[in-house]
Amino acid sequence: MNAIHTPTRRGVLATAATVFSGLALGFRIPLSGEASAQTAAPPASPEVNAWVVVKPDDTVVIRIARSEMGQGTLTGLAQLVAEELECDWAKVTTEYPTPGQNLARARVWGSMSTGGSRGIRESNDYVRKGGAAARMMLVQAAANEWAVPVGECRAAASIITHTPSGRTTTFGRVAEAAGRLPLPTDVALKDPADWKIAGKPVARLDTAAKLNGSQIYGMDLKLPGLLNAAIRACPVFGGTVRSVDSAAAEAMPGVKRVLRVGDNAVAVVADTWWRAKTALEAVTIVWDEGEHANASSAAFAEVMKAALDAPQAAVGNRAGDALAAIASAARKVEAVYSYPHQNHACMEVMNATAVWTPERCEVWTPTQNGEAAHAAASEAAGLPPSRCEVHKIHLGGGFGRRGAVHDWVRQVVEIAKQMPGTPVKLLWTREEDMGQGRYHPVTMCKLTAGLDAQGNLTGMHMRIAGQSIIAGIFPQNIRDGRDPVVFQGLNSGSNEADIGYGIPNLLIDHAMRNPHVPPGFWRGVNLNQNTIYLECFMDELAHAAGKDPLEYRRALMGNYQKHLGVLNAVAERIGWGTPAADVNGQRVFRGLAQTNGFGSFVAACAEVSVSDAGELKIHRIVAATDPGYAVNPQQIAAQVEGSFVYGLSAALYGECTVKDGRIEQTNFDNYQVLRMDEMPKVETIVMATGGFWGGVGEPTIAVAAPAVLNAVFAATGKRVRELPLRNTDLRRR
Amino acid sequence: MAKLNVNGQVIDVQVEDDTPLLWVLREQLGLTGTKYGCGIAQCGACTVHVDGAATRSCAMPVSAFDEAQKIVTIEALSPDSSHPIQQAWLALDVPQCGFCQSGMIMAAAALLAATPRPTEAQIREEVTNICRCGTYNRVIAGIQRAAGPATAG
Repeated sequence: MNAIHTPTRRGVLATAATVFSGLALGFRIPLSGEASAQTAAPPASPEVNAWVVVKPDDTVVIRIARSEMGQGTLTGLAQLVAEELECDWAKVTTEYPTPGQNLARARVWGSMSTGGSRGIRESNDYVRKGGAAARMMLVQAAANEWAVPVGECRAAASIITHTPSGRTTTFGRVAEAAGRLPLPTDVALKDPADWKIAGKPVARLDTAAKLNGSQIYGMDLKLPGLLNAAIRACPVFGGTVRSVDSAAAEAMPGVKRVLRVGDNAVAVVADTWWRAKTALEAVTIVWDEGEHANASSAAFAEVMKAALDAPQAAVGNRAGDALAAIASAARKVEAVYSYPHQNHACMEVMNATAVWTPERCEVWTPTQNGEAAHAAASEAAGLPPSRCEVHKIHLGGGFGRRGAVHDWVRQVVEIAKQMPGTPVKLLWTREEDMGQGRYHPVTMCKLTAGLDAQGNLTGMHMRIAGQSIIAGIFPQNIRDGRDPVVFQGLNSGSNEADIGYGIPNLLIDHAMRNPHVPPGFWRGVNLNQNTIYLECFMDELAHAAGKDPLEYRRALMGNYQKHLGVLNAVAERIGWGTPAADVNGQRVFRGLAQTNGFGSFVAACAEVSVSDAGELKIHRIVAATDPGYAVNPQQIAAQVEGSFVYGLSAALYGECTVKDGRIEQTNFDNYQVLRMDEMPKVETIVMATGGFWGGVGEPTIAVAAPAVLNAVFAATGKRVRELPLRNTDLRRR
Repeated sequence: MAKLNVNGQVIDVQVEDDTPLLWVLREQLGLTGTKYGCGIAQCGACTVHVDGAATRSCAMPVSAFDEAQKIVTIEALSPDSSHPIQQAWLALDVPQCGFCQSGMIMAAAALLAATPRPTEAQIREEVTNICRCGTYNRVIAGIQRAAGPATAG
């Protein structure tokens, strides 16, 4: 059996378990991850359509093209399909179609990319139509069987009723016949006001396996004959391997091979990973560190600093004449902020398993974009995509690290290629994960504003200097030196990531300067630093004008009612304007922030105290998010809380620094992240005002840090403009 | 060569003495519910119970254990996910990606065994595991739920 079938409409899918055969290996490999964990063994039932399989026992299998990495998209997307399908929610399970299947079926499942908080907002229309079409086919099949007009039949909770006669049947009984019907072309969707499953705070579908150790992550994969690899790449980005002395390592227990991987890495393959990792430490590698051997964060900071005043810059947003307005203003306010490199630090380090033969390559990996992983595997394997397959495995965190770039997939295929027919699992150490990241870009920002005699904002120039993610990952998308993503939260006219202030004279531009450190999409992406820059500066302007930060913002937000809506909501909930109650004898101070990103409108108000000794405590954050439609409010609340942990980890501690061309941080002992003792209480207001679809995984991350920093100013009078905050002494003097 | 008591069974394992318990559990015994996160006892993803105490298995060599010590992994915390912590986690949808949750659950269960009614401050102090998805507030709520009423503080 070939792993990819001829693409016929039915029968192609079956379950992924029947699709994969093990090929030249001569054994059957049980598929790991969601698909096998949540679907019954073959023989599989035929599908109704690409999105829906109904088994004779009425179990509904909903196909999910996007990746689940904790953000709840698997459950949310299933809710949307189930809503239109009119199935019994208690009978719903899910499975991932593979990238190879998607390719073979002309991308019937659309994009598999799971980033930019796009899972639900970009696929809601076609997944709901998939569910609705399947329902229409099931009802039609029942009507055909009964020889009654389809208009007299309706579906609810997986039961089809012929209304005049009261006859009923179930989805499971008519599913096979339904799958033989033509796909309906005219598919209407419900008004979200009529939702019964979508929009409700239902429990996640994937929780049970995470409570007893049975959920399989990439690093847990077991295959017959599996060997394990540990890897070390040149710690200086752009460097290569000059020479390798592997004699000592090859003599160590369990070691099978010591291999070069690409031009910049060395791997040890052994029977167990611990032996591979131990032996790798005994390999002597001489690096050619290349042209960046002396690079440092301090030197690059000087490059960015100079770019703050460079004459050339790409314009992101312009209105009126900001520079003239500032030049003629009664008062001028200026501030320079900076945001350092961050590592994603997913709890599960990078890993993948591969089997390569001259005919075929199969990869198992946690990925945010199965199709990109498939393309990377194909390229590294030297085989066409039709001869490759990627099996997506549940992710132990993604945050953007596992989406656009699949460097670890290339590595595992290059290892497997040197050991044809042998399955090899590559697992990075935490140290490798810290040192070989795709880092949050490093930028600085100079903000200059002109105020009139009454303190009104007459003009603002926001000059961003520094790294472009797009230049590093998708350079073909740079047009005339302009990175369109670098202005997230500062654009106009899209409601995707727009500035929420009417500033008569505005100039926002970017002087791109790229260090040798490879950039990546990091949860929240450029919204993170842009919101800190703008929202902290707004606070500075309010202070300079002697006005209340909320009132100062409101006066500029008349034309930005969605932005204003969430800001007002947090202000009202927290009781802005009334003093906060003391906590443990410490006075509590508040700070605000708002933005628009990933299609949603978000705001936060933080309450903090700072002791005389400079100890910061974040007591509470009230957050509001308007994603247009809310598919699962309790999971939105979970995402908001989680995003704050991610954003505050960066704001308080996160910093990857470069010395001698390499990242200095190595593990969680020197790359500190937020732990439970520092976690504020979070109150989430989900205000779904309807009419648009916004994302929820990322937007709120951006408002946590500026809300806290503004509260820190209120508490101490100190402006923290250089992150992370731990580098600033908050002690009272 | 080591003799270990894991999940109620005494097992001989053939490994180098300096192999961390975590990798014996995962690679020799196939108990992959216990996770590798950092290798330096920082993150807690590898937490198991050793005679009931939460123990980070990634930095403890297997030679430090003998068969008299009862090691329990997430797979055997309860036979059917019925431990109060597991039940509370299910009720509150605590996990997100779930990768850290084996360790988080084992740490929480050990805390409750030692301190059946922990205050919120005790929970925050005692459970130091890292979760990058940010489930902390639901972890606190889950422990309080499992402990039963009157644990506020």
